[in-house]
Amino acid sequence: MFYRENGQFKSSYRADQQIFPILQDRVLMLALLVFAFAVVPLTAPEYWFRAILIPFLILSLAALGLNILVGYCGQISLGTGAFMAVGAYAAYNFHVRIDGMPLLLSLLLGGLCSTAVGVLFGIPSLRIKGLYLAVATLAAQFFVDWAFLRINWFTNNSSSGSVSVSSLSLFGLPIETAVQKYLLCLSLLVVFALMAKNLVRSSIGREWMAMRDMDVAAAVIGIRPVYAKLTAFAVSSFIVGVAGALWGFVHLGTWEPAAFNIDRSFQLLFMVIIGGLGSIMGSFFGAAFIVLLPILLNQLPGWFGITISTALASHLEFMIFGALIVFFLIVEPHGLARLWSTAKEKLRLWPFPH
Amino acid sequence: MTLKSIAATAALAAASFGALFEPSLAQAQAKEQFFPLLVYRTGPYAPNGTPWANGKQDYIKYINATGGINGVKIAFEECETGYATDKGVECYERLKGKGATLIDPQATGITFALTDKAPADKIPLITLGYGLSASQDGNVFKWNFPLMGSYWTAADILIQHIAKKEGGADKLKGKKIALVYHDSPFGKEPIPLLQERAKMNGFELSLIPVAAPGIEQKSAWLQVRQSRPDYVLLWGWGVMNSTALKEAVATGYPREKMYGVWWAGAEPDVKDVGANAKGYNALALNGAGTQPKVMQEIIKNVHDKGQGTGPKDEIGSVLYTRGVIIQMLGIEAVKRAQERFGKGKVMTGEQVRWGLENLALDQKKLDALGFTGVMRPISTSCQDHMGSTWARIETWDGAKWNIAPDWYEADEQIIKPMVKVAGEKYAAEKKLNRRDAADCSS
Amino acid sequence: MGFFLETLFGGLMVGMLYSLIAIGFVLIYKASGVFNFAQGAMVLFAALAMARFAEWLPRWLGFESLVLANLLAFVAAMAVMIAVAWLIERLVLSKLVNQEGITLLMATLGIAYFLDGLGQTLFGNDIYKIDVGMPKEPMMVLESVFEGGLLLSREDLIAALVAAALVVVLALFFQKTSTGRALRAVADDHQAAQSIGIPLNRIWVIVWSVAGFAALVAGIIWGSKLGVQFSLSLVALKALPVVILGGLTSIPGAIIGGLLIGVGEKLSEIYLGPMLGGGIEIWFAYVLALVFLLVRPQGLFGEKIIDRV
Repeated sequence: MFYRENGQFKSSYRADQQIFPILQDRVLMLALLVFAFAVVPLTAPEYWFRAILIPFLILSLAALGLNILVGYCGQISLGTGAFMAVGAYAAYNFHVRIDGMPLLLSLLLGGLCSTAVGVLFGIPSLRIKGLYLAVATLAAQFFVDWAFLRINWFTNNSSSGSVSVSSLSLFGLPIETAVQKYLLCLSLLVVFALMAKNLVRSSIGREWMAMRDMDVAAAVIGIRPVYAKLTAFAVSSFIVGVAGALWGFVHLGTWEPAAFNIDRSFQLLFMVIIGGLGSIMGSFFGAAFIVLLPILLNQLPGWFGITISTALASHLEFMIFGALIVFFLIVEPHGLARLWSTAKEKLRLWPFPH
Repeated sequence: MTLKSIAATAALAAASFGALFEPSLAQAQAKEQFFPLLVYRTGPYAPNGTPWANGKQDYIKYINATGGINGVKIAFEECETGYATDKGVECYERLKGKGATLIDPQATGITFALTDKAPADKIPLITLGYGLSASQDGNVFKWNFPLMGSYWTAADILIQHIAKKEGGADKLKGKKIALVYHDSPFGKEPIPLLQERAKMNGFELSLIPVAAPGIEQKSAWLQVRQSRPDYVLLWGWGVMNSTALKEAVATGYPREKMYGVWWAGAEPDVKDVGANAKGYNALALNGAGTQPKVMQEIIKNVHDKGQGTGPKDEIGSVLYTRGVIIQMLGIEAVKRAQERFGKGKVMTGEQVRWGLENLALDQKKLDALGFTGVMRPISTSCQDHMGSTWARIETWDGAKWNIAPDWYEADEQIIKPMVKVAGEKYAAEKKLNRRDAADCSS
Repeated sequence: MGFFLETLFGGLMVGMLYSLIAIGFVLIYKASGVFNFAQGAMVLFAALAMARFAEWLPRWLGFESLVLANLLAFVAAMAVMIAVAWLIERLVLSKLVNQEGITLLMATLGIAYFLDGLGQTLFGNDIYKIDVGMPKEPMMVLESVFEGGLLLSREDLIAALVAAALVVVLALFFQKTSTGRALRAVADDHQAAQSIGIPLNRIWVIVWSVAGFAALVAGIIWGSKLGVQFSLSLVALKALPVVILGGLTSIPGAIIGGLLIGVGEKLSEIYLGPMLGGGIEIWFAYVLALVFLLVRPQGLFGEKIIDRV
């Protein structure tokens, strides 16, 4: 009843091809942006920012990047943590070694370094497919882990291997408080999400999806596999690299290579699968699910007034996490994004049955 | 299935938003001193982290059972970090809002991350025997307290002992010492000091990293076999320690020539290997056993009343005792702060920090607290956040640890300049100023 | 020269240990097309069950003999693994029939998390001991040829023999028994197998139970070597390059792959490692597998991937 497009006629191709063709969608999106930019900074407590919102924003950015590679181009990658690490350490080196380097520039340059590494480790995808590729990308993960532990130049010769950044500032404005960090991450996320959405709707996105569905047929009709796969790796690594740089600079402040280890890669892959492969919206859903779930599980016993030991709570977290993943895969293998779009479909008919 | 599943998902989402109000609404009880306990009872480091955590909690329960800190009871909450830095940061952020006044991160990685945040949040960090070695200098690291030792003092004491065993520091020339270390900030910390001493004493240092968590050590020990060092220093934690000993057995390296840091010298590391680990040595930062009065008191006031955190036979083990010491030092700091800022009142983080900086526990006080034979007197100051740099050597005889009677003190001649340089580098990076005399006496 | 041979032997034996775990992966992939990321968790779960039952059964039933304790614990742990296999089939696999590979992969990751948590809840997270009488001291061989002899770890040697025996048993099982034939039929084509009356559900339970058995054997060997603790599940990560090098569908491939990876790892760490600062074996195995895959994308013995358009 409310979600009908009755009366919304488009009179130009441009209008027809909008990201949100339905007016209600546009209104909702605008309201969401206003809420995120204006209402949340004024009302949310600091704990929310530091422990929930900022990790959520950064991880959804990373999940966005991974979704482009896995969801749109069909190349399973288990080395995402490594690309985040490259982004973080590269940005760190630019930030520390060059005086007066603007923060934004170091973040983007970190992303570019991650692109280079991503393309390098994406070359095997031209020959290896499927699960074999997934395990081959683990080579990237472990190699990068090792490189940042062993090669002292990357960590500015820190004896402990741990690096840290401090006193960040963007265009003269300090990025110290939780709200400032939140706004920085949010702005970057919005920009990258828009960019990604447009990329996947364009011809390169269609090439990616063709490679995912049937790469031999795609090659037959003239899509160059090298170009498609490597650009997927490049774009994906860029976004993941920037996310990694943000994770190190904004969320952690001080980090060591273990912050980007294989658990991080699996976590991102979970987000993408649970959220929905091949869907920009899905990255956000997946990230929210994975970030909120452990915190929710931690608080749950407290609600029921049961005190359990932290070890048991941690094991239960694992068990419930695993069980929920299996549950979601059974219920909706295409992820939360599919649930969302199904809901929207139902809403368009509501209150009518068909 | 779709409408139902949509409704279920929406309910879950709503519930999760509700859950998030929980931490912000929780108020710190104004009448209680709150200590968050960052622990890890799961993961590869759990066997060593668990007795440590149990010791901390048992001591708090004991103090609460015997009247608190001049009447102020201690509230505590455990948070599982799994030795992971980001979980440690999340625990910290969640619990600091409840009025945290003291934190023992139990992990070097987490310490690095919290060292940046603690000054802004005004919460002191106790990093007894671990953490940043440079944080010994209180002039730069106002909020870090590496009490009783750091990795540099540990490495130094080990070299001193080896020199003594060889018959003098000059006999070290030409010897080969290998460091088998956990490939992480924790394991890499002692390297600068060992390299410094290698230059000074003329021994050959070889570095053999072991990838975390340390279950794959065959190549490391094959390398040891190839180079046949005179001594092996083990810098491991968790399962890496027992695995190292097992691999040493498998490659036939004599355990008598192995020396572990004080984090590689506890029961979980050797009891699995049992008699095969006989002769293995480690640093003993603290004494152990159930004889000390404090252990008896804990048994009486906590375990006999059914309040014990862990199994009763864990009491008196090396890491359990260390946990007890850490919490005792924290509580003594609160007591000291109360002497200045108001007896019987709840102390703030800043006040507890002052207390930690002005600890003066001489032998009489230690005896009164029941720590005779467990540790040496400790007194901190503005410049010296470590307080005491003594340790002994212990040896496993197949069934228990035997602590040798000689005490070693770390050589400040070597360590002080290194601490100064590292502190200056840190201060320059973070754009901090050294504290002046006025700040020291505040 | 002597040390080189020592390293070689060491590598070969470690490789056999990796293939013990890799066999579990291959079994399940062969029979159901699922890449079982939960194999590491299964190894941990089986090892925990074995270690704890060996500790508890003497206490509950009141006897002293270690041999009897180990035997009963083995039986009990096997029963537990069969129960786990049955539950996985009922609750997860039968609901995810015909889904894409990546969905099943994620499902097994979910199972891995679940088993990790469940195992530690039921059995605890301290280091537990498995004592099946493995000799810990090394032995020296070829003392006449090389001065001082070559170091050979007896424990690893026995483990390698056990792995070889396991492979032989499994090969016989697949080739000679009717259940083995049924498993191969299911691996070939589910629908065809169903159409001739092979009960798919039961086959999958059998496959996961056999994989559970392999996991139990691997768990006992590795647990006896390293001690049973959470980190045991991370050993499976080392077995992944073995699986892809050997080919996802080949049991002999798992062995050959294991040997290659084991030798490659150890030799690289000893001879290449010091030049690069050490600790390279963590990624060397993967890079080695990657290089092989570039030449043969389906692994050494795997089935050629045929894409039909």
